[in-house]
Amino acid sequence: MSSLSAKIQDIFVEPACEKNGRKDAGARKKGCSKPLTPGATAGGCAFDGAKVVLQPITDVAHLVHGPLACEGNSWDNRGTASSGPTLWRTSFTTDLTELDIIMGQSERRLFHALRQIKEAYAPPAIFVYATCVTELIGDDIRAVCKRAAEKFGLPVVPINAPGFVGSKNLGNKLAGEALLDHVIGTVEPDDVGPYDINILGEFNLSGEFWLVKPLLDRLGVRIRACIPGDARYRDVACSHRARAAMLVCSTALINLARKMEERWQIPFFEGSFYGITATSEALRRIAELLVKRGADAQILDRTDTLIAEEEAIAWKRLEAYRPRLEGKRVLINSGGVKSWSLVHALMEIGMEIVGTSVKKSTVEDKERIKQVLNDEHHMFESMAPRELYTMLSEHKADIMLSGGRTQFIALKAKTPWLDINQERHHPYAGYDGMVELVRQIDLAIHNPIWSEVREPAPWEVDPAAEERPSTYTHTETASVAPFAEC
Amino acid sequence: MVHVYPQTKSATVNPLKSSQPLGAALAFLGVEGAVPLFHGSQGCTSFALVLCVRHFKETVPLQTTAMDELATVVGGAGHLEEAILNLKERANPRLIGICTTALAETRSEDFARQIANIETMRAEELGAEIVLANTPDFDGALEEGWAKAVAAMIERITRPGQQAPRSKRARVIERSTKPREQPWKRKKVAILPGWHLTVADIEHLREMVESFGLKPVILPDVSGSLDGTVPDRWMPVTYGGTSVEDIQELGTAVQCIGVGEHMRRPAELLQKLTGVPYILFQSLTGLKNVDRFVSLLSEISGVSAPAKIHRCRSQLQDAMLDGHFHFAGKKIAIAAEPDQLYQFATFFTGLGAEMVAAVTTTGASEILEKVPAESIQIGDLGDFEDLAGGADLLVTHSHGRQAAERLGIPLLRVGFPAFDRLGSQHKLTILYRGTRDLIFEAANIFQANQHTPSPEIVDALRKRRNAG
Repeated sequence: MSSLSAKIQDIFVEPACEKNGRKDAGARKKGCSKPLTPGATAGGCAFDGAKVVLQPITDVAHLVHGPLACEGNSWDNRGTASSGPTLWRTSFTTDLTELDIIMGQSERRLFHALRQIKEAYAPPAIFVYATCVTELIGDDIRAVCKRAAEKFGLPVVPINAPGFVGSKNLGNKLAGEALLDHVIGTVEPDDVGPYDINILGEFNLSGEFWLVKPLLDRLGVRIRACIPGDARYRDVACSHRARAAMLVCSTALINLARKMEERWQIPFFEGSFYGITATSEALRRIAELLVKRGADAQILDRTDTLIAEEEAIAWKRLEAYRPRLEGKRVLINSGGVKSWSLVHALMEIGMEIVGTSVKKSTVEDKERIKQVLNDEHHMFESMAPRELYTMLSEHKADIMLSGGRTQFIALKAKTPWLDINQERHHPYAGYDGMVELVRQIDLAIHNPIWSEVREPAPWEVDPAAEERPSTYTHTETASVAPFAEC
Repeated sequence: MVHVYPQTKSATVNPLKSSQPLGAALAFLGVEGAVPLFHGSQGCTSFALVLCVRHFKETVPLQTTAMDELATVVGGAGHLEEAILNLKERANPRLIGICTTALAETRSEDFARQIANIETMRAEELGAEIVLANTPDFDGALEEGWAKAVAAMIERITRPGQQAPRSKRARVIERSTKPREQPWKRKKVAILPGWHLTVADIEHLREMVESFGLKPVILPDVSGSLDGTVPDRWMPVTYGGTSVEDIQELGTAVQCIGVGEHMRRPAELLQKLTGVPYILFQSLTGLKNVDRFVSLLSEISGVSAPAKIHRCRSQLQDAMLDGHFHFAGKKIAIAAEPDQLYQFATFFTGLGAEMVAAVTTTGASEILEKVPAESIQIGDLGDFEDLAGGADLLVTHSHGRQAAERLGIPLLRVGFPAFDRLGSQHKLTILYRGTRDLIFEAANIFQANQHTPSPEIVDALRKRRNAG
């Protein structure tokens, strides 16, 4: 475990993270997440985080080395999209039994599993994920991977992020480290160009990156690698030859971006494709970085023209929703960049932001919320389910935007809800994505069910009903046929 | 004679199983005011929680002891205690159901003693039943986990010793003397359903038992807590299900009925502790099984079957007559845990269909010998996909969707998880009405996927006959 501990301590020092920079050495050692409270903890483990980041690499076989639950309870559950290979959706696990563990057969089982996958699927690479149990019993996954790689002639990459080492976020970063240690830079591309970029931390949920890619295509910018959304193993392996990078989900892969800058001089910026101004700003900064790295300065003008055109179209389309959404109150319970990047566009069409969670937001994110909202009172760190439920059932918001975890809090409080996290079904990135998001908000708020489900049954006896003129007489109620029996 | 083939692959491809602690958690969720607590790392709970929410479309109370690196090395007792106390303070549950995981069990600590210590040291603060199910992920699946949790609850909570007079069963008499009119004198029947019964199944089962003037006590009873209703306040624990008092009083039942072979052990345990005799129904789907069940209820209550049950039976007969055309000769492939495999294999073959592939999670269940198939593969959905080519219908949970897509064969979703269809909990699969509904559902899938006759199909048929 010592090399893993060293790796984790290394991650905890992140010069590119402002929040981390402000901590003293002692605080830094404790990591980014708060210590977990037994009996009052929500959220995934480090293994979960590592798998989330790597599994969207579409042509790789992802093999989970551990007992059933780690993979069996979690496979095929995320909405990232692939434009080609489907192997990433096939689930592989060594599904260790008691006998494997007691008899110390787990390493051998892993080796045979690798052979089986190589023979049946011939993938360009296999990723092997350690889990709590295999780490606890001391399996040397790195050694097995090395031997299998030699024997079977393909890259076999150990991903060492067992669940107990920490949070999902730590797992995200350990996944980045695994790519740095074993994948990135292992293949030299023969087609490098001055307009090559990497997009880091973009997951292509619901295929939403395909709303952004055409914009980059029009600017002549080429995606060397999008990590991990719709990625191929080779793209990732060649990604060290990009000229610039954009970091999309900053808390997940900031270490990857920073270290790629250090090792291969790939400058990066943090940006977002959620929201109109955010998208424009991202395109502009990509162009600027490429020019700094030697691309033709003309791209700056092309970018400005494209932005002007696209923004005009998007704002015009959004304006159509103003009459329906003006004054509606939105609660955003998501965190990260979405806590501010969506806010601007929603406010622009007259919606009111009654709260936004800053759970996973960086110092910079929080600064921007303050700027956009002119008020920091609407920021909250996180809200207990009971509080959230009370707020919503008192109709203090007209809609909540959040992830699946809090979905049923909103729905049970009979409040419109829209999924803006990983399980959602609609693409929200870029200009068209923002219009789609507003369209979905409109559909959610104005669904005819709300007026029906919020009304109590007219035949229900409650104190308030006594005062209302009764529509039904007692005998009528009684004469209703009993519940159908068969 | 069924041949059961063991798993020989090293890598499981597309797992059929959900984990054992998840099965235990589902059982604890059928108790009122309960919170299942996974003893392991936070991910164990998080994955199970997400899967449950995707399946039930409900908030599900599930907590974790959040074992970290330190607890993994030095032991998790401290985390267990802290979790129990925190849960008590924040949610005030009546029952905390501890499901151990592979991580905790690989360390193999003496959890029972740890819990006993916590209970002694913290007696005033607790005031909740703490039940332990040893459910490592590296063993078993939903069936085992569910059964272990039910057995643990009986062992821990039910008052031992013989409590009900073991009178001979009443003679079947006419309905004029309705015992229903004297509810305090109603005879109690303990029902231990398997995990594979849906919310609708449990509700229907209760109605049927009540219609004989009997008082059913169902453990676990997911129909209250996972039934898709809208409570009027925020609940951090389950808001329905078997009450702890009812579990205490299980020994006052005159009869125990288990549903599914995996409920034999909990039923035996109840019998051993309290003397309540049990009868096991390996399946409650299919005309004959339900007939036997209705006869039993009639015998216990001394009341003949009410008119609506006659109607339900008659409707099932009619559905069998109308439906059997669509089943005859159809090739069925089923991947499910043993009891559910048995339930559906007997259902389909009972209507004239033929089993071409059967895949299950374990070879340990005795029910496998009775499955009407030539062979059963212990394995995963990868094996299922290999074996099911050429079938007319796939029967498994939602994870079978990839195989169905690749093979181009329609999929009947049964069991857990069902995350890509609504209302899985409101689907009836047992008793006369559930069997009727299943006939309609499957027959409709067959009809929707009929091949319209073409010269090629008809010609090929003629050629083969000539060759034969």
